[in-house]
Amino acid sequence: MNFTWITDPYYQEYLWTGFFNTLALVGVSGTLGLVLAVIFALLQLNGPKPVAWFVRGITTVVRGTPLLVQLFFFYDGVGRLLPEIPGIRESLFWPMLRDPFFYGALTFTLSVGAYSGEVIRGALLSVPSGELAAGRAFGLSRWQILYRLWLPRAIQLCLPTLTGEMILLLKSVPLVSTIAMMDLLKAANLVRDETFLVYEPLLLIAGIYIAMTLVLTTAMRIIEQRFPGVQPAKAQRRLLPG
Amino acid sequence: MDHYQNEGLMDWAGPILQGALVTIEIALLAYVIGLGLGLVGAAARLSPYRPIQALAAFYSTLVRAVPELLLIILLYYAGTQALNMVLGALGWQSQLEISGFISAVGVLAFVQGAYMTEVFRGAILAIPRGQLEAADAYGFSRWARFHRIVIPAMLPNALPGMSNLWLILVKDTALISVIGFEELFFTAQQAAASTRSYFLFYAVAGALYLVMTLGSNVLFGWAERYVRRGQPGN
Repeated sequence: MNFTWITDPYYQEYLWTGFFNTLALVGVSGTLGLVLAVIFALLQLNGPKPVAWFVRGITTVVRGTPLLVQLFFFYDGVGRLLPEIPGIRESLFWPMLRDPFFYGALTFTLSVGAYSGEVIRGALLSVPSGELAAGRAFGLSRWQILYRLWLPRAIQLCLPTLTGEMILLLKSVPLVSTIAMMDLLKAANLVRDETFLVYEPLLLIAGIYIAMTLVLTTAMRIIEQRFPGVQPAKAQRRLLPG
Repeated sequence: MDHYQNEGLMDWAGPILQGALVTIEIALLAYVIGLGLGLVGAAARLSPYRPIQALAAFYSTLVRAVPELLLIILLYYAGTQALNMVLGALGWQSQLEISGFISAVGVLAFVQGAYMTEVFRGAILAIPRGQLEAADAYGFSRWARFHRIVIPAMLPNALPGMSNLWLILVKDTALISVIGFEELFFTAQQAAASTRSYFLFYAVAGALYLVMTLGSNVLFGWAERYVRRGQPGN
């Protein structure tokens, strides 16, 4: 085992870039994905029938196909058709549409939206209807019922499951190395190519991922404790895919 | 360049369906081995011996904390090397070459086993103690108790988790394409690159995976009704 390359600032720069890109991707798609998940859940429950069916379809397709295929579909499939739209090269969005980060964030946001959307939909359905009736009896508006009662109660019920979803998101990030984005795995692969080491760089980032999983689990547990009324889940279940 | 235009979906339909078949073979084999590993892992986690417990906990916790793609690449490269080292230490000097199929199945089964360990552990812990004690009282041997009582009693609890893991496994087989093994997605990538119809071939690959996962859902629905037979509410 040879780990002397870790002290080389040249390789350190790869690894730091990969690390921060990984964090940025988790941050962006985690936040946007959870917002999308709430929207998906509400549209399926309360939206007009055609919209609800449409969302149901998206959710089924996203959950039924491999994330890697979705990533290639958006990056290579959709990404290569885009230049054929007239005027798009001159538009403001073009630099973004050429960046693999954008496609990674798009795919992961959609994925979090679909998987967590199902979790949130289930939680919304489990809120006792008497509580919502109580809200109406107090004269709350529909909007007030939603953001004061229904959503907070649903999040209480599913927060531990959402923790699991966030860990799954973190563990999906290495996939973007296949579309030439500089994440931790890509950084490790570059180090491997240049130092001719077969697996030492991979072991290092496996260690980093274990540390990140632990930090994320701890952070989510603190959020769970601060969120009033959350039932703590068994710690064992957290790493299990939902 | 005309060459690219001439090749189309029809030319690649055969290879892609062939790839889909390989994907199903890999998934089935890895699932069966993963089930075995999971049973052994769960038995180890529930065993009274501390070192065995710790070893199984180490396996399932570590594997579940590391991204699947990273594990697959790591095990693919390091696994071969480690195996040759072990064989070398035993006095075998032959450089073993592991075929792509075997390493693909091995790696996926190893990951699957870790998740399966937790599913079975939870399901076995949920069996009412009295049922196991009744088996002991009737003088069942350990094996008879295992396959007459433990397995049928835990399956209803384990099946939702098992079906979930099967779906994850089918989708994870696509990761094998990254180490260059020719399954469904690898073939689709080749087809896309050769015909330049990226959109079409990735959509086709996605549709085939969707057929597999939706089909599995139906089968697992039947299986669940079967293992729950005789339970109240059916």
